Amino acid sequence: MTALLELEGLTKAYPGVVANDDVSFAVTRGGVHALLGENGAGKSTLVKTIYGLVKPDRGRMRLDGQPFAPAEPREARAAGVAMVFQHFSLFDALSVAENVALGMETPPPMRDLARRIRAVSEEYGLPLDPGRLVGDLSAGERQRVEIVRCLLQEPRLLIMDEPTSVLTPQEVEILFATLRQLSAEGTSILYISHKLEEIRTLCDAATILRGGRVVGGCDPREASVAELAERMVGAKLTAPKSGGGAPGETLLRVEGLSLPPVSQFGTPLREVALELRAGEVLGIGGVAGNGQDELLAALSGERLSAAGSVTFEGHDVSRLGPVARRRAGLLTAPEERLGHAAAPDMTLTENAALTGGARKGMLRRGFLDWGLARTFADEVIARFDVRTPGAEVAARSLSGGNLQKFVIGREVLQDPRVLVVNQPTWGVDAAAASAIRQALLDLAAGGAGVIVISQDLDELLEISDRFAALNAGRLGTSVPTADLTMERIGLMLGGAHDMEAAHA
Amino acid sequence: MIRLERRPTPSRVWGAASPLLAVALTMVSGGLMFAALGQDPLEALRTIFWDPVLGEFAWYFRAQLLVKAAPLILIAAGLAIGFRAGIWNIGAEGQYIVGAIAGAAAGLAFYPSESALIFPLMVVCGALGGFLWAMIPAVLKVTLGTNEILVSLMLVYVADNLLASAAVGWLRNPDAVGFPGSRNLSQWEASANPELIAGTGMHWGVVAALIAVIFAHVLMTRHLMGFHIRLAGQAPRAARFAGVAPARLVLFCLGLSGLLAGLAGLFEVTGPAGQVSIDFASGYGFTAIIVAFLGRLNPLGIVAAGLLMAVTYVGGDNAAANLGIPGAAISAFQGMLLFFLLAVDVLSNFRVRVGRGALA
Repeated sequence: MTALLELEGLTKAYPGVVANDDVSFAVTRGGVHALLGENGAGKSTLVKTIYGLVKPDRGRMRLDGQPFAPAEPREARAAGVAMVFQHFSLFDALSVAENVALGMETPPPMRDLARRIRAVSEEYGLPLDPGRLVGDLSAGERQRVEIVRCLLQEPRLLIMDEPTSVLTPQEVEILFATLRQLSAEGTSILYISHKLEEIRTLCDAATILRGGRVVGGCDPREASVAELAERMVGAKLTAPKSGGGAPGETLLRVEGLSLPPVSQFGTPLREVALELRAGEVLGIGGVAGNGQDELLAALSGERLSAAGSVTFEGHDVSRLGPVARRRAGLLTAPEERLGHAAAPDMTLTENAALTGGARKGMLRRGFLDWGLARTFADEVIARFDVRTPGAEVAARSLSGGNLQKFVIGREVLQDPRVLVVNQPTWGVDAAAASAIRQALLDLAAGGAGVIVISQDLDELLEISDRFAALNAGRLGTSVPTADLTMERIGLMLGGAHDMEAAHA
Repeated sequence: MIRLERRPTPSRVWGAASPLLAVALTMVSGGLMFAALGQDPLEALRTIFWDPVLGEFAWYFRAQLLVKAAPLILIAAGLAIGFRAGIWNIGAEGQYIVGAIAGAAAGLAFYPSESALIFPLMVVCGALGGFLWAMIPAVLKVTLGTNEILVSLMLVYVADNLLASAAVGWLRNPDAVGFPGSRNLSQWEASANPELIAGTGMHWGVVAALIAVIFAHVLMTRHLMGFHIRLAGQAPRAARFAGVAPARLVLFCLGLSGLLAGLAGLFEVTGPAGQVSIDFASGYGFTAIIVAFLGRLNPLGIVAAGLLMAVTYVGGDNAAANLGIPGAAISAFQGMLLFFLLAVDVLSNFRVRVGRGALA
């Protein structure tokens, strides 16, 4: 097989960090090539270089044997490079066809475009109605819009950045079938993911990055997951250990919790019910946009629900705001770090006081003791290994993973009775993710109840005792994790919650 | 090519230096403007900035400085608190007027009593007047979701008409045949707000401004309410997560800024202005918005900004009288100050890079 894309000694330095250091590898024609690495290993910079978003300091690229140095994405697209980003750039209020047209240099008339979209989506098994509003689509369908948008350009190289993080297992299967078909037709695929099992099933070559350097390549079909992980991290990984104690008394009971959507494209909560006992980790899975944020807001007290719907340690807290719930011991950590869990322009000390004020005794007759806030921030930084020059820097100057450690640490160290976290390890590297998971398990072992809302099914299977799926604002019945298979989870996420009940 | 690069953390150096740079740039471009008007720019700038503070007749101007600066600082201290929370009270001028009318009316109801309680009563009523006037946009915003910028601004014009009706109608001095305007409050001992130390311009309004600044500083840096105000302004979602009730914040910020504006009006009407007259509204409520931003919404910065603004007022009048510079040019000069201040503000959050670099 001949190489389609060759990279030779690509180097890109930013102030204070070398993102790519002498990176060389080649992607074969029709090959599915995996790019592996932790957060901050330089994967994003590398693909941005290929896509013309970043100009390398040194090094060369060749596409099809010709020198390739795109100055902007338009040039890269013209040369046959397409990219599906991790975060979609779609407009909710426009239709599928309109969104696709927006990304094109010279969009054809809308009717022709709709026909082509339908043709491509049928050819590749990606059902998509060009006339539907993007705001009404699921995350999986949105991704299809992005992929179809790329396929319309008939790319020679398709770059996919973490494409499966928002998909159900069944949707992942559909995506993989499409990718295999593309590969068989001669399109090369550069596939970025941290889900090693997926890479083993899909990819035929892999390049592993660590600290901006290539630390090796391999055939992922012949390597084990553990092997891949260790080469990625450069150290042996230990899986979090749970205390395994028997669950105690009921801490949190949610019954008949319904909330209308906040906005036109928001998700309502429909009759959510759950029960959380002391010492237990409840995992709530689901594809993004199925009510995760809404559920967290209803538990944190940011949105109040009907009286009697949320009971915490025997008291009805449905009508209490965040401060009162925090005082009682019901703590939460939302998904969005910047702007929700933390104020971007405030220092870590101030952000420590954001939720820690009451439980850490920083308040005295309405006045804040900044000394104590500072002490608490320092404690979080030390205990959760937050990499920062100090507690007096703005939250937005921290990397996503470090801020995540700070946000989770801030809640864990307040000694909660119940902690609800949404996407605790989103964008966090493997070592930090395992530290965060361990902290959550330790919390449960200490007698607290923990609810983990996550889209990462491996994570949920690893740490939770029971699993429930959130689908279109409905929460299914929870099932002990030990009884679960990936297939069954896929069905649960798809909304087939009570299959057993139907059979019985 | 010049590019702006976002700083990871706002620069403290530029945060402090940018107002100074803005003043310097204002001097340069203001000098050019005065030169274009056929004036000697150095002479004009000296008349505006030097004479009132250190010139031959500074003993006269200095008292004027405090008289002008006190209401500006008092109003701006309140406005800045709301601005930090993203609550935009643009109608301080109206609250200032209503405070003055309410306080004056409360005092005049007891004319000609000489009770020592009259002045305190007037202060309370002045504060209450401004507070209630600001509560109109606040309550409308909380209950109906109206825009406080529009409502508070429109209420300035309502207050203007209220002032006119009071001056020519229900508060008119019955002893002054045919003349509009109330009794002279500064000459009625029970209601007078006199100079406390002769020749300094120091009156009760100056004292109130100092107290307000200290109060605002402590509130913003030490108190939970101040923390919540800053949080709401910077990250509204994080504020809700922290447990800030937006409605309470709206009521607090508008109420407090209205109260302080009302106080400023009361001290003005009982002191420097002396009476409720048709031309009582002098624009302090609007200029205070500039002062608040010039002081970087920081109570201590507002003191400096208020004094600086007072200098341009007093010096501007001086320049208009002695050099014949038109009043509009003085206003343009003050406008330049705000313009440059906001323009150089970008330096504290961004770094300027000259030359072509790689796109990141």
